[in-house]
Amino acid sequence: MSTESTPALLKGAAGVDAVQTDGPAPAGPSARSPRARSTTAYLRYAAGKLAGAAVSLFAVLVTSFFLFRLIPGDPVKQMTGGRQVSTEQIAAMRKEFGLDLPLWQQFTEYCGKALTGDFGTSYQFRAPVMDKITEALPATLLLTGTAFVIYTAIGIWLGARSAWRNGSAGDRFHTAFALTLYSVPSFWLGLLLVITLSVGIGPVPGMFPTGGMESGSESGFAYVLDVAHHLVLPVVTLVAVEYARTLLVMRSSLLDEMGSDYLTTARAKGLRDDLVRRRHAVPNAMLPTVTLLFVNLGNTVAGAILVETVFSWPGLGGLFYQALSVPDLPLVQALFFIFAAAVILMNTLADVIYPLLDPRVGR
Amino acid sequence: MVTRFPPRSSRPHGRLRILVASGAAALALAAGSVVPGIPLAPAAQEAQAADGKSTLTVAVAQSVDSLSPFLAQRLLSTSIHRLMYDYLTNYDAKDNRTIPGLATKWETSADKLTWTYTIRPDSKWSDGEQATAEDAAWTFNKMMTDEGAATSNGSFVGNFKKVTAPSPDKLVIELKKPQATMTALDVPIVPEHVWDKVGDFSKFNNDTKFPIVGNGPFVLTDYKVDSYVKLKANKDFWRGAPKFDELVFRYYKDQDAAVAALRKGEVSFVAGSPSLTPAQAASLKTADNIKVNDGPGRRFYALATNPGARTKDGTKFGDGHPALLDQKVRQALFMAVDRTTIIDKVFQGYAIEGEGYIPPRYGSYFWKPSAGQKLAYDPAKAAALLDEAGYRKNGAGKRTGKDGKPLDFRILCHATDPNDKAIGKYLQEWWGDLGIGLKVDCRDNVSDPWYAGEYDLAFDGWSVNPDPDFVMSIHTCAALPAKAKESAATDNFICDKQYDELYAKQLAEYDPAKRADLVKQMESRLYDTGYMNVMAYPNAVEAYRTDQIESITTMPSAAGNIYGQDGYWSWWSAVPAAGASGDSSDGGGSTGVLIGVGVAVVVLAGGGLLFAMRRRSTAEDRE
Repeated sequence: MSTESTPALLKGAAGVDAVQTDGPAPAGPSARSPRARSTTAYLRYAAGKLAGAAVSLFAVLVTSFFLFRLIPGDPVKQMTGGRQVSTEQIAAMRKEFGLDLPLWQQFTEYCGKALTGDFGTSYQFRAPVMDKITEALPATLLLTGTAFVIYTAIGIWLGARSAWRNGSAGDRFHTAFALTLYSVPSFWLGLLLVITLSVGIGPVPGMFPTGGMESGSESGFAYVLDVAHHLVLPVVTLVAVEYARTLLVMRSSLLDEMGSDYLTTARAKGLRDDLVRRRHAVPNAMLPTVTLLFVNLGNTVAGAILVETVFSWPGLGGLFYQALSVPDLPLVQALFFIFAAAVILMNTLADVIYPLLDPRVGR
Repeated sequence: MVTRFPPRSSRPHGRLRILVASGAAALALAAGSVVPGIPLAPAAQEAQAADGKSTLTVAVAQSVDSLSPFLAQRLLSTSIHRLMYDYLTNYDAKDNRTIPGLATKWETSADKLTWTYTIRPDSKWSDGEQATAEDAAWTFNKMMTDEGAATSNGSFVGNFKKVTAPSPDKLVIELKKPQATMTALDVPIVPEHVWDKVGDFSKFNNDTKFPIVGNGPFVLTDYKVDSYVKLKANKDFWRGAPKFDELVFRYYKDQDAAVAALRKGEVSFVAGSPSLTPAQAASLKTADNIKVNDGPGRRFYALATNPGARTKDGTKFGDGHPALLDQKVRQALFMAVDRTTIIDKVFQGYAIEGEGYIPPRYGSYFWKPSAGQKLAYDPAKAAALLDEAGYRKNGAGKRTGKDGKPLDFRILCHATDPNDKAIGKYLQEWWGDLGIGLKVDCRDNVSDPWYAGEYDLAFDGWSVNPDPDFVMSIHTCAALPAKAKESAATDNFICDKQYDELYAKQLAEYDPAKRADLVKQMESRLYDTGYMNVMAYPNAVEAYRTDQIESITTMPSAAGNIYGQDGYWSWWSAVPAAGASGDSSDGGGSTGVLIGVGVAVVVLAGGGLLFAMRRRSTAEDRE
């Protein structure tokens, strides 16, 4: 028994031109090889997507400037609220932050600097905005990255199993359970985990820290363990509320594949059911899921704000919350831009990678 | 082919092998986590306790805006500066009166314009250098000459003419005009030999080189943004070393998570922002080893009316209701406020009924109205006052003015403050009974309509310092904005000649008793005019673990707050509880084992999955 035919089956099932010549291409510009044509088409497609992303990023840059100007309140007054500050000091601060300039001038300066990666100085922290962001970014990436890997694995695995046993008790349970967790507010679930698994309740002992990313007294390998210990509950919260989306998409796209002829062929060849699922059905069903995963990755960065707050995770989410409360315009604008850029870039990446997975796209 | 397929009965054997292997791996990991020096285990806690180091951990939510005392504005940052640097003077924890700090004594010239401070000889910077008058003179001069260095405390030096240090122990400050707050200069004095190397004061955040040189009761040794701030006890502090070896401010952005951390023992102390909620306090009161400190707060919570917004030159702006320009209407509104109900129902007992402008914890300045002066809750009298003012009820039960228009007000409320919303509902009911309509206008940011004068009434509140100058100054005519709608020091556009005369007198009065009397007269005037009426003094509700902290000084010491004191008393005085491990651990007692079990489960599941996949991947070959 052989599995050699699987790639051909896959391509055939996907309706792709399976025949690609590896022989010498005929001479002349009008007779370029299909591979060259394919590469050119792909590059054109990718360039179009990248251009679209660039336009979107610029639109976000402009929006981020004006959107947050709509927040009522004078940032200087907010920052100095409750303190003894003279009118002269307030005027000096307005001048220092460039808030005394006409709006159009503030806007052109903002755009000019943003293009060079300079988002100005944070009002409240008196430090370059990019410094504050690079300080908080690793924590967010650690949290969201870990959660992403786990919820993707769980979502795909459970989604595939659920679809394959469509209508079974297991399928109904997994789908209902995932949907229940998906509809639970993340901060509420986080607090519940703090009360049960961190403080301990009844027979459940307290096992994890209530918040933060580190205890602050460790170094070396002990530090890594310490951070991992702090990472457990926030990751569990994020995974719990996020895996449903992957599960559902994976389940639905695998269900679409289930009646396909190539699966019947594979079965007819005597392949085991599990093998048919893993080698033949799942790879094809993965295509829509991959797009979702990239979009998810972009969203997760911004979506971790509540989880970061509940678990006092020192990432971008907490920084955004603080920036909004002032409002610390340069910081708010930059973070908004970065959150939006993450979604745009991940969408673009999905668009660009998709034709590599499914050559029908982009032709 | 099928015969070569491994018999099903052999699978359990394979699984068992995986189980054993995974279990061994998990046990190894679990064992690893109980090795001393690795953080998750009880042994680690004991090891830390065994070195005899005691740590006081305080849960905080507010980020540090800057560790530079020239830039810091937030309560947490300025409180930390109180611990890092000594100030010229301090406030007695017992009764808030001024006591020596870096200066041992001070005197004024006959013309009240020159102040001479004697700097103590026993205060050293943590790098071993002597703290001198030159350091103080350099600090003040920097603030007077560098705009960046004036960011945080510039208002303190606004009236300074010249600051000199004729000798290492003498600091001389010459003023432009008399200033009674010269013993309330809340300015951290920094070491010149460290700070004279700083270039741009508007950008230097003092947060890169540790330990930071200071001469306060604690030395800041480490700081990680939004994770922790660590300070160690300054054993050479002239007043005596703190009892705890280390003080750590740890971040809990969520108040409920901070309370959970206290319950668990991860932190020793939790305050609120500004207070624990009644529900949090009630639940902690019944918890073991936790004491809830329900002390009188330093805030007042008031009802403010728009007295007609205006600029310094008298230009009117805004759209405040004209009926509120009538003192009788303002007083009638206040007499229809049942403060007892507000204390009982809204604050659930965690507040004191409001009277004068300054809370009772500041005994020397606290004022209360006489029996005849008091605007006690009396709806009938309030109705009569409104009748007198010409606002009578019509057939529909609504009060109308002479123009026939119904009396409807707006009140500005902070959308983030549940107390504002709750009290707004009560006011709608009480004033509705009087025939007055009320729209409760809750906003995330009330600053804009407030400074534009576009409101009728507002919920107002301030924290009061031991020296009341600031909260009194925001009601002077001088605090009004120069231009319409411009941000200014004024709180509420109040401009009253009689009040201003009293303010000027108290600022020039150096005799504490006479000055206190003048301040009380100002409070009396504010009360009578009815522009500002205090409804409550919310308590400072906070909690700490008695198995970690044996005793701690409140301010005032008889009954007061712990967090955010005007001084370093709480953390400087805190005594570790006998038998306390001395280190608030992040983990529970059996954390290591439990983590090991967790790891075992993960390893088992992962191993099982891997094994199953491997079997499947080779199934074809086997077939």
